[in-house]
Amino acid sequence: MNRKVLPGFRLGLGYTVAYLSLLVLLPLAFGVSKAFELSPAEFVAAVWTPRAIAAYKLTFTASLLAALVNVGLGLVVAWTLVRYDFPGKKLFDACVDVPFALPTAVAGLIYANLYVADGWLGRVLVPLGVEVVNQKLGIVLVLVFTGFPFVVRTVQPVLEELDAEMEEAAAILGASRGQSFRRVILPNLIPPALTGFTLAFARAVGEYGSVIFISSNRPFEMEIAPVLIVSQLESFAYREAAATATVLLGFSFLLLVAINLLDRWSRRNG
Amino acid sequence: MADPSQRGARTRTDPAYIRLPLIAVTVGTLGLLIVVPLASVFVQAFSAGIPAYFRALFGNAETRHSIFLTLAVAPVAVALNTVFGMVAAYVIARFRFAGRTLLMTLIDLPFSVSPIVAGLVFVLIFGQQAALGGWLQAHGYQVIFAPPALVLATAFVTFPFVARELIPVLEANGPEEELAARSLGASGWQMFTHITLPNVKWGLLYGVILCNARAMGEFGAIYVVSGRIAGKTDTMPLRVEKLFQEYDNPAAMAVASLLTMVALVTLFLKVLVERQMRAQKARSAEVPAAE
Repeated sequence: MNRKVLPGFRLGLGYTVAYLSLLVLLPLAFGVSKAFELSPAEFVAAVWTPRAIAAYKLTFTASLLAALVNVGLGLVVAWTLVRYDFPGKKLFDACVDVPFALPTAVAGLIYANLYVADGWLGRVLVPLGVEVVNQKLGIVLVLVFTGFPFVVRTVQPVLEELDAEMEEAAAILGASRGQSFRRVILPNLIPPALTGFTLAFARAVGEYGSVIFISSNRPFEMEIAPVLIVSQLESFAYREAAATATVLLGFSFLLLVAINLLDRWSRRNG
Repeated sequence: MADPSQRGARTRTDPAYIRLPLIAVTVGTLGLLIVVPLASVFVQAFSAGIPAYFRALFGNAETRHSIFLTLAVAPVAVALNTVFGMVAAYVIARFRFAGRTLLMTLIDLPFSVSPIVAGLVFVLIFGQQAALGGWLQAHGYQVIFAPPALVLATAFVTFPFVARELIPVLEANGPEEELAARSLGASGWQMFTHITLPNVKWGLLYGVILCNARAMGEFGAIYVVSGRIAGKTDTMPLRVEKLFQEYDNPAAMAVASLLTMVALVTLFLKVLVERQMRAQKARSAEVPAAE
């Protein structure tokens, strides 16, 4: 109906689709098609080597752990920022967005420097036996940093809009504080927390810049999937690199579908 | 009793034995994860004194070039995505058509693609081994390991920012004023520059600021397409990594401190713009909708 009155539909849509296709869709399709120049057997041989499997495992477990930590911390931080007052609260609230704005390479550099044996935090932790640099713990730590804002920023608005009256009603009807949290508040927080979890997870799976600073990047041990792709590329194994990238893309695609389903589900229940 | 905010405040505050530990966890988390790292960049960057800091930044030709290159590449990518974001948001917010939801999902796609994969696909297309890349090179056009590839890779990873910020803003505004302008005889271009654009200027600025921060800080995609040629294709984030590999920590921290300042300015502007957007929303809520 707008189409008759408002101008620019055809031109605008044409331009949108053309730009999207040229910059994003066609390049991605080309990359995937490159992987399928390999025969099925070659493809499997390329993406299912012990080295690649080790890389998927590390990428997946480190990202999963980081996203889980982010859900726990994110819920506490969002809750505290919405419900309590304390000195410096506004500043802490603004701090939450730092990982979105700070280049990941800078984050990697800083973290590697903080946790080495003579770094600010390493000085305390390394004598206690907590090694972070060149350890899997370090990879999880930088992934926690890069994904930190997701859960906080998805849960926060939901908590803000939660009706105080719903809790009051629960209290008047004799619910204890714990009951009212479990029955009234928690069900509302699960959908946004899940969305935040998925976003943080997806981000962590593709992360590269921050990880290479703090990890030794040694194959079989400390090599995440994106590092494996770079190493395949540097040895001019283009089709193998494309094949590994296709596996990673497939996984991202599944997560994207999950995000969309969660979004729809939370809007229906919200 | 009469003040509803008072009543809300009472039910929303928990007893001290719950409240204080949660505040402690929050302050501790944000402190260790974010505040201490930020402080350490500046302390380490300036640890050898202010003259040494500026020497590290501007005394080295390769570092100087990386600053120049970042300042040259990011605006081009941001400009491309701003024009796209504006057009895409207008089409998606103002019209209903088949495939609209799919289009929105596809616009978000680059956020779910690893930057390394983004860089890889451009190497596969424009590398010397590729048909198109080889042909272009034979005709004197260098794309890969050169600024054009840096722009392409940066534009890819920052693709969704402006569009996804603008779509909700445009949708919240509604088409009434635009329809009125059209019925009063405004041309399409007049309508766009006098009504559409001014109405979403804060949302547009918001998207541009975030897009720019990501563009200047992009690492993975550029790492792959640039070939990392010092003094030629190294941007600031790549320069940070190279200095780190060369064990020149003070210089790496100096370049990192510049990027950190960009990030902090970005967040400061973001807070300002958010305030303007809230104010604009409140203003438009005060005026009763023309029935």
